[in-house]
Amino acid sequence: MTATTTLTFADAVAHFEPVLGFEIHVELNTATKMFSQAPNAFGDEPNTNVTEVDLGMPGVLPVVNRTAVESAIKLGLALNCTIAPRSEFARKHYFYPDLPKNFQTSQYEQAIAHDGWVDVELDDGTVFRVEIERAHLEEDAGKLTHMGESGRIHSASYALVDYNRAGVPLIEVVSKPISGAGDRAPELAKVYVQTIREIVRALGISDARMERGNLRCDANVSLMPKDATQFGTRTETKNVNSLRAIGYAVDYEIRRQAAVLSAGDPVVQQTRHWQEDTRTTTPGRTKSDADDYRYFPEPDLVPIEVDQAWLDRLAAQLPELPVERRRRLKTEWGLSDAVFRDMVNADALDVVEQTITAGASPGAASKWWMGEIARLAHAADVAVTELGITPHHVVELETLTTAGTINDRLARQVLGHVADGEGSPAEVVEARSLAVVSDDAALTAAIDTAIASNPDVVAKVQAGKTQAIGALIGPVMQATGGKADAGRVRQLLAEKLGLQA
Amino acid sequence: MSDLTRDQLTHLAQLAHVNLTEEELDRMSGEVSKILDSVAKVQEVDTKHVMPTSHPIALTNVYRDDVVGPVLSQHEALTGAPEVEAGQFKVPAILHAEGDR
Repeated sequence: MTATTTLTFADAVAHFEPVLGFEIHVELNTATKMFSQAPNAFGDEPNTNVTEVDLGMPGVLPVVNRTAVESAIKLGLALNCTIAPRSEFARKHYFYPDLPKNFQTSQYEQAIAHDGWVDVELDDGTVFRVEIERAHLEEDAGKLTHMGESGRIHSASYALVDYNRAGVPLIEVVSKPISGAGDRAPELAKVYVQTIREIVRALGISDARMERGNLRCDANVSLMPKDATQFGTRTETKNVNSLRAIGYAVDYEIRRQAAVLSAGDPVVQQTRHWQEDTRTTTPGRTKSDADDYRYFPEPDLVPIEVDQAWLDRLAAQLPELPVERRRRLKTEWGLSDAVFRDMVNADALDVVEQTITAGASPGAASKWWMGEIARLAHAADVAVTELGITPHHVVELETLTTAGTINDRLARQVLGHVADGEGSPAEVVEARSLAVVSDDAALTAAIDTAIASNPDVVAKVQAGKTQAIGALIGPVMQATGGKADAGRVRQLLAEKLGLQA
Repeated sequence: MSDLTRDQLTHLAQLAHVNLTEEELDRMSGEVSKILDSVAKVQEVDTKHVMPTSHPIALTNVYRDDVVGPVLSQHEALTGAPEVEAGQFKVPAILHAEGDR
């Protein structure tokens, strides 16, 4: 196989405007499945969370999960959609062993929610509005494991099927085509998916763990010449299952399609697969007339009718949405755009909020979490919340610092020990005798030594070069193992040398 | 008179995963056309004032509470499987990838 040619990203977006579209599948965290009373659970023994309905036995009768319908309505409302007064389920036919019925129960002509929008905030604060085509209810499929020598699908000799996931409630969120993002298309792709993920989390309707497949994204990409109005031929990259990968997948498809078009060739409309190891996409099935799903209304299920009273009741249950919460917190805390954005990107809003609730000032909470704790987290390659440092630790640390028991340098050292599991900041200070030397007698001895061994510096200071006093503070700090309060040392030195404090 | 072409029938057979011989394709395109004609009579009915319906009874909003009920045991679930391995249904190799349907 010859290597695929790609343009550089800069060249690609200089000549072409990317058009994106996303289908996001959200697995709901209901207790039971969409149409059966089997548990909706992850990681159980295969084929133990199934009923006759999930196995597609003849003569079974599916019954809709009310909570799943309400989750879909809530998501529709959060995405500013119109909720259809009446919608139905439909059968989508295909032969594949992941669904034993040979059809997936979905919604076709009328989705439960349609025509909405969501504001997506890019890293620099630019807000991009993404329009939502529809959000519909359907069911997940079972899990196939391809078995064979290499473990690869194409050389697999057979497959094993676990139907525990078959019938798990899904909401599919379909965006309208998104153009105008230009060179920010990969970033927009990532942040859009991130936005949907945080909304479903805030609503509490999905665990939204991408690594478990709770939230899966198919990314459609096409290119059109800069001055064109007609969309180009698109590809659909399937199952891009991390936020990082979504940006890379869109970036790669833009560069690949730009090379194809620049060579005068047509883009082939096809499904493509994301390859995490090479950060490329590879061709899957070419879209063909096999995509004839022969939808028809599901005769075993009756229509969903949503009246105003039901809608009002659910609307009243909506929590504060992430974008609103961010705006509120930013104002309340009075932080700068840059600091606040770093906090959002570090996924630290919750922990900072808890720290403030526990008694720290916004400035202090932000200073510790985005400063030394962020540095420790970065060094350990984990999230700030994964170091074992809690909001209460930070409050305690701040109290110790404000009281002058430790200085900033010691506080940073203490955090390292807290992260190492040595206990709370107060315990670390106690166990390691890290409190600053506030005993003036001990300090005076160190200061006398510093003065005696640096006569030239003393001469400079006394000649009026008061800044030179810094050269005396260093040795004192060294002599006290860094446990002296630098401000107090400066004050004592000034007194000794007869300067105005 | 609907006129189902041989190509359309071939497509239909592919969708239904039914293998038809050349001879069957020739014969059945005529036969299926006749069936379509019979069913097409329904289209003569004036439905201007009839709401589309998917269910014979005018029911809406039939739901179940989100409460776990009895499930099959793994053994029961696999009773009808032609082949079983590691508590799962064993099926022939599938040529295209998952999500590629």
